[in-house]
Amino acid sequence: MLKYSLKRLGQSLITLFIIVTVVFLLMRLMPEEGYFGQAYEKLDEAQREAILAGMGLRDPIHIQLLNFYKSILSGDLGVSNIYRPKVPIAEILKSKIPYSLYFGLTAVAISLVFGVSLGILMARSKSKFWDKLGTCYIVFINAVPAAVYYLFIQLYLTGIFNVPMLFKADDPRTWILPAISMSLGGTASYAMWMRRYMVDELNKDYVKLARAKGLRNKAIMVKHVFRNAFVPMAQYLPSTILYTIAGSIYIESLYSIPGMGGLLVDVIQRQDNTVVQALVLIYSSIGIVGLFLGDILMALFDPRINLNKKGGAR
Amino acid sequence: MGNKKINKVTDGITENLFEFAEFDDAEAQRAGYSNYSYWRSTWQVFIKNRVAFALLILIIVLVSFTIIQPYLPNQKHPTKIYIDETTNMQLRNHPPDKEFWFGTNSIGQDLWSRIWSGTRTSLFIGVVVGLWEAFAGIIIGALWGYVRSLDRIITEIYNVLDNIPVTIVLILMTYIMRPSLTTIIVAMCITGWLGMARFVRNLIVIIRDREYNLASKCLGTPTRRIITKNLLPYLVSVIMLRIALAIPAAIGYEVFLTYIGLGLPVSIPSLGNLINEGRALMMVPSLRYQLIFPAIVLSMITISFYVMGNAFADAADPRNHV
Repeated sequence: MLKYSLKRLGQSLITLFIIVTVVFLLMRLMPEEGYFGQAYEKLDEAQREAILAGMGLRDPIHIQLLNFYKSILSGDLGVSNIYRPKVPIAEILKSKIPYSLYFGLTAVAISLVFGVSLGILMARSKSKFWDKLGTCYIVFINAVPAAVYYLFIQLYLTGIFNVPMLFKADDPRTWILPAISMSLGGTASYAMWMRRYMVDELNKDYVKLARAKGLRNKAIMVKHVFRNAFVPMAQYLPSTILYTIAGSIYIESLYSIPGMGGLLVDVIQRQDNTVVQALVLIYSSIGIVGLFLGDILMALFDPRINLNKKGGAR
Repeated sequence: MGNKKINKVTDGITENLFEFAEFDDAEAQRAGYSNYSYWRSTWQVFIKNRVAFALLILIIVLVSFTIIQPYLPNQKHPTKIYIDETTNMQLRNHPPDKEFWFGTNSIGQDLWSRIWSGTRTSLFIGVVVGLWEAFAGIIIGALWGYVRSLDRIITEIYNVLDNIPVTIVLILMTYIMRPSLTTIIVAMCITGWLGMARFVRNLIVIIRDREYNLASKCLGTPTRRIITKNLLPYLVSVIMLRIALAIPAAIGYEVFLTYIGLGLPVSIPSLGNLINEGRALMMVPSLRYQLIFPAIVLSMITISFYVMGNAFADAADPRNHV
């Protein structure tokens, strides 16, 4: 297990290195107007050059890269240039992450509880009323773009429950609807997969054996079927939880929550290179770590999965 | 014959039971013949699903309507600004009536024709992106899954590409090509095939070593036949599903891109642009129709494609055939 983890870690570091380098180079390809925003028209050529040189953008590209690696290795994410000038990036993140984390984690918790129970309910009443109702819900949520139903929830439910439309940190009523809307998509996908895996598992021989030896239905469901059906879902759980840091662009901008949601898009558009690089670094590490944790979690849930050996088929 | 009472044994013997049979080559072949046809069975299973069949008809009607709508009589132009004759001002936010079926928007354009024009744009994006995804995804995914020596390197490339924020690619694209329909399609195509390739690769890895493939290889089936007869029917259903789902996904993605300000220019009506315009006015209850009408059309299209795609995938799965 340790050997496997170390090997995996080494591979991930190489991948991370390539990603960060590629993103670094891509950002240097962007048009230079972006560095000045509104002021672009007012500055003359010499002033622009001076500003760019001050940002270190006139150094040869390999020196820029080297400086960038050095600062990352010393654990310093750097200072924002344009988004909030001269503010350390760590500081910006510190003020934004808690909001995204709160809404994200609440949404994951809600969707896990409701999604898994809905999936089980649907599998148990296959092609009866609850199954059909649940399928309608899943189809609707998966097919219709999230922007549309988020908008309608904000538009009508805030009116019905008489809560303010926008988020206010000191008004606990405004914390509820964003979290619930964020959980809708997760609920649908958990329910869909749970139902599918449950139905698959229910047709297997070990379930028939368990029934033949006189086990009660509930015991079969909880002890045998649920555990087996949950294994494929366990793989995505850590990534889902870690990615809540990234926030939701829609929800946060609709309710004007000061979270991480639009930050990446915002800083890319304004070409705040240091912030973009820091965010890409964070998000890709999250992705890689999440995948790794997912594999481990899956092995924990299902002892038959062995991470060291290669599968017989390949 | 069995119930008949026979007095003498010879009476019960019918001559024709004791004639020699002729050997007939055509008759001998018949036992091994089945009139199973993959696509006919798929179609038969599909039309049994009544909801999906109804939605298929709805899609056909919707798509053909969006195509012929501009040629119908009495249709307004989607980007023309209409002027109120009594005041000589733009006909702003005119509520739905006989003249403007879905009303007009905030600068006096006819919402009904804008919705259909937007649907045309969005469907076009969806179909092009979906077909490209299938094309590139299947080829790369098949190489990735089949050629074992390529596995490591493509996996590595995939990991890198998958982690580069799409926004950067999009902004670079709009920088190189200016915001337009082509830009958005190219940008979505550049990144869209990743999921499909990975998906096809996983499928091929799973089924390439199955016993029935091994068996037909041992029996000397050429690789081409293995691919077309053993692997492809397995993949067809899921690939069709992916294409059908790629269309609503691309439409939704266009809405998202417009939302974050990277979508189509405002001059080209698209469902994303219409919803964004409607969102700007949603605080005024009497103008909410500008959000509700596009949202309903959008939901109808995406839901029908989604349900139909799923039903078709079920029908195309050879295990569900009779």
